Amino acid sequence: MNAALPPSTPAGLASVDSVIALLEGVGYIASRQIATALYLAHHLRKPVLIEGPAGVGKTELAVSAARALQFELLRLQCYEGLDDSKALYEWKYGKQLLYTQILKEKIGLLVDGTDSLDSAFGKLASFQDLFFSRDFLEPRPLLQAMEQPGGSVLLIDEIDKSEESFEALLLEVLADYQVTIPEIGTIRAEVPPLVILTSNNTRELGDALKRRCLHLHIGFPDSELEQRVLRARVPGIQDQLLAQLVAFVQALRADNIRKPPSIAESVDWARTLLLLHASVLDEALVRDTLGVLLKRETDVREVDDRLAQMTQAALAAA
Amino acid sequence: MDSILAGFVRALRAAGAEASTAETIDAARTLTLLGYGDRAQLRDALGLVLAKSEDEKHIHDQVFDLYFGQPPHTTTAPDTAALRTGDEQVDVLLALAQPDATGQPQDALAAALARAAAQAGVDDIRFESQTAYFAGKTLEAMGIAALEERLTERRTAPDAEEEVRALVAALNQLRRQARALVKQRYAIFGQPATEAFMTEVVVTRALGRMAPAEMERMKAAVARMARKLAARHARRQRVELRGQLDVRRTMRANAGHDGVPVTLAFKHKRRDKPRIVAVCDVSGSVASHVRFLLLFLYALHDAVGDLRSFAFSNRLQDVAEPMEKLPFDDAMELVLKEVGNGSTDYGQAWLDLHDRHWDAIDRRTTVIVLGDGRSNGADPRVDLFAELADRAKRVVWLCPEPEGRWGTGDSAMLRYRPYCTSMSHCATAADLERVLDEALEAYH
Repeated sequence: MNAALPPSTPAGLASVDSVIALLEGVGYIASRQIATALYLAHHLRKPVLIEGPAGVGKTELAVSAARALQFELLRLQCYEGLDDSKALYEWKYGKQLLYTQILKEKIGLLVDGTDSLDSAFGKLASFQDLFFSRDFLEPRPLLQAMEQPGGSVLLIDEIDKSEESFEALLLEVLADYQVTIPEIGTIRAEVPPLVILTSNNTRELGDALKRRCLHLHIGFPDSELEQRVLRARVPGIQDQLLAQLVAFVQALRADNIRKPPSIAESVDWARTLLLLHASVLDEALVRDTLGVLLKRETDVREVDDRLAQMTQAALAAA
Repeated sequence: MDSILAGFVRALRAAGAEASTAETIDAARTLTLLGYGDRAQLRDALGLVLAKSEDEKHIHDQVFDLYFGQPPHTTTAPDTAALRTGDEQVDVLLALAQPDATGQPQDALAAALARAAAQAGVDDIRFESQTAYFAGKTLEAMGIAALEERLTERRTAPDAEEEVRALVAALNQLRRQARALVKQRYAIFGQPATEAFMTEVVVTRALGRMAPAEMERMKAAVARMARKLAARHARRQRVELRGQLDVRRTMRANAGHDGVPVTLAFKHKRRDKPRIVAVCDVSGSVASHVRFLLLFLYALHDAVGDLRSFAFSNRLQDVAEPMEKLPFDDAMELVLKEVGNGSTDYGQAWLDLHDRHWDAIDRRTTVIVLGDGRSNGADPRVDLFAELADRAKRVVWLCPEPEGRWGTGDSAMLRYRPYCTSMSHCATAADLERVLDEALEAYH
């Protein structure tokens, strides 16, 4: 199989198992599916589009991958109104203006000695090109990612927050790993970046973009995976408490609430309980710290009168 | 590209998941990377490459299990029909039909059948009634004719009882296995296509005459239509008004360039999020329509910023709470039980709306009324309805009765009509979709 690997495959991406080990090394516990996605992203040279509820580790995956592979992480946070000057590149207007001023002052010197209008223009034209050269270019995340010689992870966060026109802009970058700047030409990535897009599904993404990506859906983890994640994220937590806590959170997710707690919340909760030196769950403790798990007043009220019962169930299940 | 993957992609498409050529190529590259060895890993990997939404993932996983859950038609399987004399053919088939040591059909039989099935074009199966036909074709491709010939020949011969019994058993075994295989292929290639067809039909079926068996299918169809509609209206969120310069923002943006307008800022039109108030007559004749309207509306939740719903027969009640909190069927049952009894009184309903929930309606609201406008002789209070129409952005009336019956008997439809933005006969789910599409369109 080694013969089929792209020439610049880091050891950590050689197989799905090594991806799991790689990520575990920086404290990210990946399911096989997540690891397969990362593996394929590198080997097929395709971006990964990750969808799923907030707080399940979509963004964290990109951050962890960059840290584990020791790649530069370039992050582009999307928002409504994001355009190419914020995402791709921008001309340094200020610097261009300043240079124009200097040129103006020196223009006498420059055209001195030319005998016709044509040769004077010819001389000036060579300076015009100067204004649209690399020196005056301000690279933004997408272009920066193309230019990393040692490889990079490009995180395009919450792509659903941007507009459709921005998706169209991404197509060239994601399909060919290149950026075309009319004044300069096409800049192609020597080492294609590992691209990760995340979406919270506030709007349906365009088909063209989806078809160009690997599609990974990260949902809430099962209790076994969640325990491993918590153990990695909150070292020092006791096994008994961990099992109870995970059982409680899992039960809460199955309940009829509007915003079920995500892994980020269960990590916070585990840290909170650790701070309070708790060793077992009890109803009073759960009631006092429920705000860490549930972020909506209506959800808190919804489960309020059943807390004792749910705590008991979690103790029994663990 | 290998035929196994090609067949899988075809099965996916039959099941309604899009898989483009480019994605199929990616899938082929994935296969060269990972191979067929690890089934679970392959399922994950192909799911990542071929399925691009949660729906498609669901379809993918099901089709994967069906498709790869059976013996692959390998090329090494014995070719049973290839140029053999009758006797030889009979021996081969008899040997194949023998169960293996554990009493299960042999792997070789499965492989030979799969090969014959491919020759017979079983993957073209579309309807369940074709099962027998394709099973016959498969057996024919296996060369079963020789076996049958031998059987007729031996039946009349003396002292051949033992052999006849063995032949019959072998024939039965082959037929049974062929049938099972064709059924499986139907589940992969035919059933999804049939399902999609049935769903298409059910969407245009009259809502009032829905058989209970069709309800579930209908609910799935409505959910899908709603998702599509929501996606369509969630797009195009911002429209630029080209030509209207936003002077203040332009000046601010270009302060750094000495006031030279290098970048221009244009004015944006702020768009209201759709606000919908549904007022539903839940008396017997309209109840089934209400069910689907509400199902549709609550499935649209993402596209609609603010959704209120009221139900009435004589007194009007706010039903938003049960609709949002309970599972849909339970909520509907509760609403029908609490509000459904009593003779319809439109006048009282408008009065209740006016007295208790008038603040729900403002100039951004689209009011959707679902009812037949039959007030059982009570005053329809057209004056209150006119006031409501004046307050709201739009009033859309959906009537389960065809237009010809409006205004007959106690129907006040024609008296309400002048105040409505639109009034239409709503008989099918497709009608509902059209009306809601128009309602949401008004907010663009």
